Amino acid sequence: MDFELTPEQEALRAEFEVFFSEEENNAPAEWASKGLMLAPFESDESWSYHRSVAEKLAKRGWLALPWPKKYGGQEHSYIEQLIFSESRAYHRVPGVDLWGPGIVAPSILEHGSDELKQEWLPRIANAEINWCQGWSEPNSGSDLASLTTRATEDGDDYVINGQKIWTSGAHRASHIFFMARTNPDVPKHKGITYFLSEVNKPGFTVRPLLFMNREHDYNEVFFDNFRVPKKNIVGQVNQGWQVTMAGINFERSMIGGVAEAKRDLEDLVDFCRQTHRDGQPLAKHNNVRNTLANFAIEIEALRQYAYGVAWQQSKGSFAVAESSASKYISSELAVRLSNAGLEIMGLGGTVRGCSRWAKLHGKLEHSCQANLGITIAGGSTETMKNIISWMGLQLPRIK
Amino acid sequence: MNLDFTEEQEMLRTMARDFIEKECPKTKVKELEEDPKGYSPETWSKMAELGWMGLIIPEEYGGTNGTFMDLVILLEEIGRGCLPGPFFSTVVLGALPIMAAGNQEQKQELLPKIAKGEIITALALTEPSASYNADAIETKAIPQGDDYIINGTKLFVHDAHVANYLICAARTHLLARAEDSITLFLVSIDTPGLKIVPLPTIADDKQNEVVFENVRVPKKNILGTVNQGWCIIQRLLEQAALAKCAEMVGGADWTVETCIAYAKERVQYDRPIGAFGAIQTYLAEMWTEVGMAKRLLYYTAWLEETGRPSSTEISMTKAWVSKTYTHWSRMGVQIHGGIGTTRDHDMGLYYRRARQANVLFGTPDMHTELVAQQIGL
Repeated sequence: MDFELTPEQEALRAEFEVFFSEEENNAPAEWASKGLMLAPFESDESWSYHRSVAEKLAKRGWLALPWPKKYGGQEHSYIEQLIFSESRAYHRVPGVDLWGPGIVAPSILEHGSDELKQEWLPRIANAEINWCQGWSEPNSGSDLASLTTRATEDGDDYVINGQKIWTSGAHRASHIFFMARTNPDVPKHKGITYFLSEVNKPGFTVRPLLFMNREHDYNEVFFDNFRVPKKNIVGQVNQGWQVTMAGINFERSMIGGVAEAKRDLEDLVDFCRQTHRDGQPLAKHNNVRNTLANFAIEIEALRQYAYGVAWQQSKGSFAVAESSASKYISSELAVRLSNAGLEIMGLGGTVRGCSRWAKLHGKLEHSCQANLGITIAGGSTETMKNIISWMGLQLPRIK
Repeated sequence: MNLDFTEEQEMLRTMARDFIEKECPKTKVKELEEDPKGYSPETWSKMAELGWMGLIIPEEYGGTNGTFMDLVILLEEIGRGCLPGPFFSTVVLGALPIMAAGNQEQKQELLPKIAKGEIITALALTEPSASYNADAIETKAIPQGDDYIINGTKLFVHDAHVANYLICAARTHLLARAEDSITLFLVSIDTPGLKIVPLPTIADDKQNEVVFENVRVPKKNILGTVNQGWCIIQRLLEQAALAKCAEMVGGADWTVETCIAYAKERVQYDRPIGAFGAIQTYLAEMWTEVGMAKRLLYYTAWLEETGRPSSTEISMTKAWVSKTYTHWSRMGVQIHGGIGTTRDHDMGLYYRRARQANVLFGTPDMHTELVAQQIGL
């Protein structure tokens, strides 16, 4: 076994580190109180920051690291993507659309026609598109394939009617990728089609759905006779479910969550060294030491696990169970870390970032709420454990 | 980067697994728990023939110069099979410090014999205070002519009852700090004044009390330098903690596989219990956390074998692996229900072994505190 990176990979890591540690300094003041994933959506300043970094990443070709060269990619392996994500998340720098490079592009690469590839991939690599994801519906969460939004054929178009929910960033988006039912008379996985569309058209309505901390990340989205040309279908009609499966063919180690947790822990350690309680620094309190050191241990174990997932993927495995494990552990870790930090910080920890009395910019007050979303979004913890049980451990599945 | 084992390592694993399953099935393991010696000399000779005792010993001393990762693989299999015997005492706690600190004469005398399986060693380090700190060592060695006279009581000494040599840590300077006053002695087991009394423990892993009463050891049997023994022990304790993690990961791996298999086969309410969400949740979490333990173990073993700094990662590994194995061996019993609690069933064997390994070479709390210091707390 050899954990050493190649000289080229080391050089790339150094390049990423220089870039992201510089970009980190360009963050708006409020950024320090936010979690990386959703922060871009939460204010105009944050959105501008995200967009400015996105354009720089696009210029360097870093939004298309794994793609074939003929579509503007660099044909890098999962390991290079891992290094990129680790560096970016540690420095808490945005700039990567939540869906374009990671979910939409792999689906187009795998299932899209050449025409579709030529039309969409360069725009994703150039950060021209801000996506939102129209998958979940009010009654279709973990059981996504039960979705009921209808798509009806009409000439060269499909006409879409229905509702989506948990549509993060729809209020900032230029485009939506979504699934709708094109055949209601077949088993649920077999009547779904995968569409791409711009949103600035009649029949598309966005309604904010505020998070418990007042932040505007999510939305409800309504399709009302919304027209999408047939050429915007990815894959075949009624085969959208298979197209979503291609989304597993990207770097899914969740190293970003691990790196963010590592950085949050470092901040918390600094805070505990500088803050006195009962006559000594918090860092000298035994419970604090034990709690934080245990997080350091778990973060390192998870970091190694994530590297293992990327390694398996680089050898051509989907690592379905392993990446599901990384997903649930890293998101659960984030929830536990933010709550443990909140408790260690005591009364000061609960003060919101907008107050001068806030500690660590109110980061934990914010993240102990915001992180609740990540154990649910993209496959809940329970769904991940189901996938591990059914696909990894081959345990019986109740139909 | 290459996170796979080499072909030779995969072969070593397969060979070790087959050998242990055939040579020492669990029925035999449990028989040996009741046996005063606690191991099978026939099996021991076969292990030597397979080259296990010489695995990490340099070729010039009759070994095969394997890496720490090779040792990890073998120990994983030993832990998976709960193979009883003085392998850990002789190879990890004996060969490693002799390789690190022995003089030419000692290495030439002892290492080839270890490699051939001709001698067994035991580490007489801890005392009734049950601490791994230097100042817990109260056993004293006083110089007298060409000898030292050792007096004191060692406790938790694995395999002393079958050893040919003890490696004994004793205070040789009573005024300096403990760390600067400890010397290691190679003590032949037939030296007059040694008394060995079995110490029954949860894992039936053949520990002993070893009483030194005016035990006379020639100066030439000092391992390393007078008063400089503690740094050897410190390094050894790190390596031993990591090696013990390999055994634990092997046991945890068995636990995961056995619980999954049982959940598919045990039927209640007309379906395998593995169809129930509560059991699936346990199993998915068990599989995940043991998977993390493996990756962390291999990373740390790589740091160790390539000579990179590894103290922090060793502590992280010992804490994580110990906690994972103690917890999931407990849940393994739970998944098995009543049968898991019996002496007959193998799950209890792993449960007991986990609790022993958990506290050997530093508890999770101790290692967590070391990590706290390393991350700036």
